[in-house]
Amino acid sequence: MSDLQRRRFLIGAGVVGATVALSACTSNAAPGASGANVAAAAGDNAAAGAAVTIGFSAPAADHGWIAAIANNAAAQAKQYPDVTFEAVNPTNDVTQQIAAVQTLINKKVSALVILPNDGSQLTSVGRAAMQAGIPVINLDRVFDTPLAYRTWIGGDNYGMGVSAGTYIGEQLKARGVTNPVIGEIAGIDNLPLTQSRSKGFSDALASFGYKVGPRQAADFTAQGGQRVTANLMQAAPKLDALWNHDDDQGIGVLAAIKQANRSEFFMVGGAGSANAMRDIKADNTVLKATVTYAPTMASSAVSLARLVAQNRGMGDLVEKEVPTSITLASATVTKENVDTYLPLGFES
Amino acid sequence: MSEHQVTTAPAADERSRVEAAGAAPRPSALHRLLDSGAGRNLGLVAVLVILAVVGVGTADTFATASNLLTILTSASIIGVITVGVTFVIIGGGIDLSVGKLMALASVWATTVATQSFGPVVMILCALLVGMGGGLVNGLLIAYGRIVPFIVTLAMLISAQGLAERISGRRSQIVTDPTIGAIATTRLLGIPLLVFVFAAVVAVGWVVLNRTTFGRRTFAIGGNAEAARLAGLDVRRHTVLLYVVSGLCCGIAAIMIASLTTTGSSTHGTLYELDAIAAVIIGGTLLTGGRGTLIGSILGVLVFTTITNLFVLNNLDTDVQNIAKGVIIVIAVLIQIRARRTSP
Repeated sequence: MSDLQRRRFLIGAGVVGATVALSACTSNAAPGASGANVAAAAGDNAAAGAAVTIGFSAPAADHGWIAAIANNAAAQAKQYPDVTFEAVNPTNDVTQQIAAVQTLINKKVSALVILPNDGSQLTSVGRAAMQAGIPVINLDRVFDTPLAYRTWIGGDNYGMGVSAGTYIGEQLKARGVTNPVIGEIAGIDNLPLTQSRSKGFSDALASFGYKVGPRQAADFTAQGGQRVTANLMQAAPKLDALWNHDDDQGIGVLAAIKQANRSEFFMVGGAGSANAMRDIKADNTVLKATVTYAPTMASSAVSLARLVAQNRGMGDLVEKEVPTSITLASATVTKENVDTYLPLGFES
Repeated sequence: MSEHQVTTAPAADERSRVEAAGAAPRPSALHRLLDSGAGRNLGLVAVLVILAVVGVGTADTFATASNLLTILTSASIIGVITVGVTFVIIGGGIDLSVGKLMALASVWATTVATQSFGPVVMILCALLVGMGGGLVNGLLIAYGRIVPFIVTLAMLISAQGLAERISGRRSQIVTDPTIGAIATTRLLGIPLLVFVFAAVVAVGWVVLNRTTFGRRTFAIGGNAEAARLAGLDVRRHTVLLYVVSGLCCGIAAIMIASLTTTGSSTHGTLYELDAIAAVIIGGTLLTGGRGTLIGSILGVLVFTTITNLFVLNNLDTDVQNIAKGVIIVIAVLIQIRARRTSP
């Protein structure tokens, strides 16, 4: 072997070796994490009904909350022996989602659960399903017209802001703080959901005579949360309270607070990730509470879809049919009640 | 350039030759200053000064040490990536894959499996993934003869996909205390990340301006055919340039994993555009062959300072982006003026 050949051989062997070593590093099997939240079938509604097929379409996960939505829906369907669950490939492209829902309509599924990428843009396909006689359970992002869905179930963005504002207001009142500096780190500002959350937050604070001080929008990512918070810590040398809309971006927010060595204020999270709840339970960060926007709504949506498809009402309600709209309440999770909510938290 | 002969030191002096030719008719001290690194970046320095004046005028906390360190820390990650991109662009290429290559490296280095091996393996893993991605880019461009724009665009997309695949689209939380401590450690009151940033810039500057590798980069970017005729192994050098860019992505991946305490496929979104914008307003020719590292770094600082100013004054993000666009144009306009008046 010439020198050159030997060098090439060594480089080649090195590259192959590194590749093999690296590929061993892609495993992500978290120790003992199952993650999905389901309701055990119970009461009158537990009795098996006619066999039904439930179609499911949601955006591709780009963070923990959406990932939990898909997991929860599939896990809930498994609870019912009379349900066949048919999920289409998740996508973040509106036209692809329309095509996917269309294939479910053509398969004549008994009911559809749809979390649209964009409520307005998928309204027409929701209507098409309803016209084809397939009841649609519209999950969270609402269609433009009630004609496009049988039942809507989703979270309460305004209420989430109210819960956060109320908690912060009560805490500050109890401590007798006058003129507090209250920060807010929102998600993506041009989303209607962010605007509702902020409106609820400032309305609730106003009832205590407080107002929002420094306010910035991140982008629901840990990176965005870190960047905005690092700068916000400089803008406000002293804070009394901080509300961060989203626990996924909250990982970055907490990192920035720790890097700035700040601890004079308390922070409230949003959405209710398992990670945030573990921090609240441990009580060793500024994070003292989070207001839920629970992805368990996907589990409930599958249960509703089953009842609607089987022409049944909800167990404890008198009516013979499922209601047309269900808005989930936003709970405030604190150290006192965190053990109740921890099983419902989703992994980031 | 065709008269350039194959000599014992092939084309190593390409840049100095070009510079000498340019500098010959400008003897005055003022002109020499304008043509020096700082002079060429006069536009950016001016913009930075204006931003600083606005900052001091509008926010009492702007001129504090802790705020300036916050700006430098924010600049550190995109800054390290920009160093790599500067090499590639001066060498006549483009690298669109940097942001997502960094995301992929951050994800790969923070999986449960990698974290179980400890911080050294995590760092090595990030560096190897970054360099591996860069190597694939370089091989396809140099030996596969595909346009850099397309190769690196394809790499951007597939790195994003692979990062999503490995992470299951979740934020992987860094549990290793050593990696987490990188972002919280301070030496002499200055965050460690700023030192890393400074070190990468210093090494990059020396390599670009004081070594054969750097001179070859300028030569190949200026005229690849002439460089080849002069006896340079253009292909091999091109591969190396993309590996350098990938290495920078790997370093940045560990920095962002530490700063956000996560590895995530959402990291680094649009970093390629931020980095390229910084390189361009820093005075580097998009066609290659001419540029400075210092200019690129000033470009990064301008962008990070804008973000900081807007947050300090509690202004909306959308306005920030408009301001960035306007400043790109202003900085380039000032530069063109400065260059026109200097001969």
